[in-house]
Amino acid sequence: MADSPPVKPVSQPDELTEPFFAAGQEGRLLLATCDSCGEMRLPTSPTCPTCLGEGLSWNEVSGRGTVYTFGIMHQRYHPAWEPDLPYNIAVVELDEGPRMPANIIGVSNDEIAVGMAVEVAWEHEGEAPVPRFRPVA
Amino acid sequence: MAHRLRGAAAITGLGITPMGRIYGKSSTDFAVDAVRLAIADAGLEKSDIDGLLINAGITGFSGQGVSLQLQNALGMGNLRLLNHMNAAGSTAAQMVQYATLAIDAGMARHVVCVFADAPLQQGGSSAAAYGNAGRRAGPTGILGLSAGAGHFGANTSYALAARRHMSLYGTTQDQLGAIAVAERSWATMNPHAKMRDPLTLEEYHASRWIVEPLHLLDCCLVSNGAVAVIVSPPDEAKDMPQPPVYVHGMGQGHPGDSRRAGDAPETETGARLAAETVFRMAGVGPEDIDVCELYDCYTYTVLVTLEDYGFCKKGEGGAFVEDGKLGPGGSLPTNTGGGQLSAYYMWGMTPLSEAIIQGRGQGGERQVEKNDLILSTGNGGALSYHASLILSPHAN
Repeated sequence: MADSPPVKPVSQPDELTEPFFAAGQEGRLLLATCDSCGEMRLPTSPTCPTCLGEGLSWNEVSGRGTVYTFGIMHQRYHPAWEPDLPYNIAVVELDEGPRMPANIIGVSNDEIAVGMAVEVAWEHEGEAPVPRFRPVA
Repeated sequence: MAHRLRGAAAITGLGITPMGRIYGKSSTDFAVDAVRLAIADAGLEKSDIDGLLINAGITGFSGQGVSLQLQNALGMGNLRLLNHMNAAGSTAAQMVQYATLAIDAGMARHVVCVFADAPLQQGGSSAAAYGNAGRRAGPTGILGLSAGAGHFGANTSYALAARRHMSLYGTTQDQLGAIAVAERSWATMNPHAKMRDPLTLEEYHASRWIVEPLHLLDCCLVSNGAVAVIVSPPDEAKDMPQPPVYVHGMGQGHPGDSRRAGDAPETETGARLAAETVFRMAGVGPEDIDVCELYDCYTYTVLVTLEDYGFCKKGEGGAFVEDGKLGPGGSLPTNTGGGQLSAYYMWGMTPLSEAIIQGRGQGGERQVEKNDLILSTGNGGALSYHASLILSPHAN
């Protein structure tokens, strides 16, 4: 068996989040809106954790937010990420409220700061869409 | 009036196996060793034990951890209390809490609480032992976005939390380093400690980055081994061989994480909720505490825990620790055995075991002068789960 280069693990859609990743393929960011209380979220369960209501619809949002916090990865944990070391990992707080983990692109690690305004920039790893963020120009 | 349950139980036995890079034993083997040591320490017979609470470490997540089968490995029949518990690093304190409640309720007399883990493999690094244990083969959905962004393991989660605190409050790398240095000073006097060479702030800064802003020396060790404690009724404890260490306060706090604006689980932890409960039960406040044994998976955990227990105001933890008051001779001796950073990593049993040693007055060279009230905390997840005890050598 020939050695194939290591592949970065990328999140795959499940039944709940299929629309999220499908929109990502087109470079758009969707959030789920609870049919009962109207809160917008990145759903990890079909049930709204705020009101425990069921049912949600997907809505496109601006994709803008701010860096809530970030770190710089120096330790090698996964061979596929080794060439990227040191790479950043951030938590972005979207303008609509939900926070999501993502890499910040288009800026050196030294220039990333908490509170920095960013916007979504979908990229691909293989075929899979990956949400990343770049500073707002 | 004192809380009805203050002093309702006492810790009467402590068993600590050799810990660190020790190979050839399973978690269950270590657990059996620790329980045997604890029973002997308490001057009991195996047949006196009627309660067993078990906490597997990281190996519990991969199915290799100590399980309920420990009962049979120990040959313990007719237990009146048995459970396998896991609220991560808060479990050790929780086991003592549930043991205390069960003893007060008359459900059991002598309850063994044991933690065991054996993640280290010969030739493997600590990072491999822990980071890989947390790696999922196929991330999916929203929760999979973390792994998809290259977020692996607890080191990253705590780096993100520390950065948030540094950004909000101006906490500095020197201040985190002061915690590592203070704990190492204690470790030099602890025969159980793995890292016993003195540490300077310069050496701390020179240690390599793991996940910035965390250096290697901001992060805990990884250890194979086990620790067991025995909880007993106070009227029996007073006649047992070891100086009893009484349970004066118990508290828990689990803040959850909504992952949305308005929540701050990185900087305001479950320790706040636990503090209210544990201080109310013990009838004391932070100003009354003589010694702290705080869960220290990272330097930052110590800093934020001190704030959340009210030893200083929110955001002032950095300035609070910077003058060295946590170290030997300082005004708030903290992690007097070197903690998880410098001594050994047995989850919540690291702070608890040292609290028992200090409460008994058996700390040798590192024994603190005043040990009337000891705060011992446990924290798990990414600052997600918290439990604490206030312990005392005095019955009431």
